[in-house]
Amino acid sequence: MLSIKNLHATVEGEEILRGINLEIGAGEVHAIMGPNGSGKSTLGHVLTGREGYQVTAGEVTFMGQDLLALAPEERALAGLLLAFQYPVEIPGVSNMEFLKTAVDGMRKYRNLEALDSVSFMKLAREVCKRVDLDQNFLKRGVNEGFSGGEKKRNELMQMMLLEPHLAILDETDSGLDIDALQVVATGINSMRDGKRSFVLITHYQRLLNFIEPDHVHVLGGGVSSVPVTSHWHWNWKIKATAGWKVRPCNE
Amino acid sequence: MSDFIAEALQRLPTETPGWLSEQRRMGRSSWKSSTMPTRKTEDWKYTRLRVLEEGAYLGWAERQDPSSPALTALRDQVKILGLDARMLVFVNGFYNPELSSLKAMDGMEVVHFSEADETQVGTIRTHLGTAADRDKYMFTALNDSWLDDGIFVHVTQDSKVTTPLHIVWLTVPQREAFSLSQRLLVVMEAGSEATVVEHFASDGDQQNSFTNGVSELVLGANTRLCHYRLHLEEEHALHIGGVHAWLDRDASLNSFHLGLGSTLKRLDVVVRHEGNGAHCDLNGIYLPRHGQHIDYHTCIEHARPYCTTKEVFRGIISDNARAVFNGRIHIHPDAQKTVAELSNKNLLTSNKAEVDTKPELEIYADDVKCTHGATVAQLDDYALYYLCSRGIAREHAQVMLSIGFINELINNLQHPSLGEYLKPVLGGLFAQQVKQTERAE
Ligand SMILES: Nc1ncnc2c1ncn2[C@@H]1O[C@H](COP(=O)(O)OP(=O)(O)OP(=O)(O)O)[C@@H](O)[C@H]1O
Ligand SMILES: [Mg+2]
Repeated sequence: MLSIKNLHATVEGEEILRGINLEIGAGEVHAIMGPNGSGKSTLGHVLTGREGYQVTAGEVTFMGQDLLALAPEERALAGLLLAFQYPVEIPGVSNMEFLKTAVDGMRKYRNLEALDSVSFMKLAREVCKRVDLDQNFLKRGVNEGFSGGEKKRNELMQMMLLEPHLAILDETDSGLDIDALQVVATGINSMRDGKRSFVLITHYQRLLNFIEPDHVHVLGGGVSSVPVTSHWHWNWKIKATAGWKVRPCNE
Repeated sequence: MSDFIAEALQRLPTETPGWLSEQRRMGRSSWKSSTMPTRKTEDWKYTRLRVLEEGAYLGWAERQDPSSPALTALRDQVKILGLDARMLVFVNGFYNPELSSLKAMDGMEVVHFSEADETQVGTIRTHLGTAADRDKYMFTALNDSWLDDGIFVHVTQDSKVTTPLHIVWLTVPQREAFSLSQRLLVVMEAGSEATVVEHFASDGDQQNSFTNGVSELVLGANTRLCHYRLHLEEEHALHIGGVHAWLDRDASLNSFHLGLGSTLKRLDVVVRHEGNGAHCDLNGIYLPRHGQHIDYHTCIEHARPYCTTKEVFRGIISDNARAVFNGRIHIHPDAQKTVAELSNKNLLTSNKAEVDTKPELEIYADDVKCTHGATVAQLDDYALYYLCSRGIAREHAQVMLSIGFINELINNLQHPSLGEYLKPVLGGLFAQQVKQTERAE
């Protein structure tokens, strides 16, 4: 599904990613952990093609395509979705319009029949229910004034509507109360179909109690982003919880 | 005396109707004593009148073939579905009954000045020129000096007129460039309610008209007027216009303005709170692009206590266009307990676009609440990226963000059908724009 080889990337001239290697197979769930500032979000943004995130070396293949050669919207259409750690507020653009535009584009790309407004509305309502958001959130501006937890659920809703092949969920579990965490975890699990792959970026193993990853990676310590191996202190916790394979990203 | 002032004086209107001759005379004398604004004229600092000074626009408007199919098609384009309005259509200044759908309405009289009966003439003479100050607004003086007709809308006491009046001013090009006067007087008697849409449009050809428009809205005590002024003309149509509202006790004006840019477009919007407790919601959107220019000068005069104003203008300036926004709020010594808010936000979608925005507060009363703010920003890259990361093409995302910037105002229109009419118009505009910039790059 996704193959990252020796990925180096700089942001504002500073090298943040220094040689990431990662192989994700279809249907797999990978967790990426690591301290603040270690480059987890940067990796997500590099993969989705954010402007200003410069790849200086390495290659990334996504479903047989050279991912780095694609524009952000092409990557999305190809089936990659990043649930943002900090979703953007866009007042004036209704969530409904945003979701419909995205779904319309995706369906067109996948040669699926376009949904009329009524069927889309129905679908959007169902998805709202699945992430336990009131329907009113469809009418509001995109993430406008949403609480932290509501924003995360809105991200999840987008994943459900766009049905990506690979979803990178950047701290979608952060800042959630226990009920919301359960909603999010159930939502993610409901999307697992043996083919779809997930990358869960998280600081907390509590999410991993609900969604058992196939692999856990730890992205390096400190600002220097030197990848660390299994002696980093997160690891014992992970090890202690289950018999997951723990390996650093650049193994 | 500059050429344009002298040349405009040479252009003499017909002497009908006779009862307007005093108005014309005063207009002439006021125009005669004015001087063409220069860069040093504060009110015209950023708006040059060069294109007028060249003197090309002094031809006369000609009556167009009223049954032309092109005009009928154009009328269908400007018709606002769902508004269910009575339409009054003018083409190059001439009333076109074939294209109009004016029927008698309970509580609202609509009549041309030239056809007004004696009582109506009396009412017109009482109010005409009371809201628009020709000595302060020189193009009002010019409008007065050329005045030979106009529309009089009279809403009788306590009438709640629910059917909107949709006045459409269409222009089509003529062989020679020409000037055109537009005049509207709305008089709302105490306790009445009405909706008036002023809609300026043209066919798609390159226009060569200069419209000088003056609208006066006289709101009696306890009245409510919902007013729209839409400028959707082709980009060579010149317009200098004024909307002058006069509000009596507890009157409420809701006024929405939309302006696409043009070679020269200048609007003065003046609201005078002249009775206690009057309220005004004044909202506007301006969208100049290419090399267009648009200038909104708003002025709210709080002359009496307990009046409120809520004013929001937003502009999107693209390409190498230029916008000017001047928002003046003047609170007179008597106007205690005034609450006035003014917000002006601008979005520049190109680094050659320019905006000059200036809030101007003058406060002479001590017990008032007054806020203002002006911002200038660019399309948010992070928001663009967020949309793109959901598979939305960058151009489409740009359109969404641009429309998002003004959507709040469109969505809050009192008549949702008007919003529905405007959305595709604006969507098309931005989409076209994006295509052009992409091609240019
Ligand atoms: N636009 C930017 N300009 C400068 N530095 C940046 C920029 N974006 C990220 N960085 C830096 O890159 C490093 C990695 O940031 P990143 O957001 O990827 O960390 P993270 O692992 O996601 O942290 P957290 O756990 O706090 O979310 C940080 O030191 C951050 O300051
Ligand atoms: Mg992060």
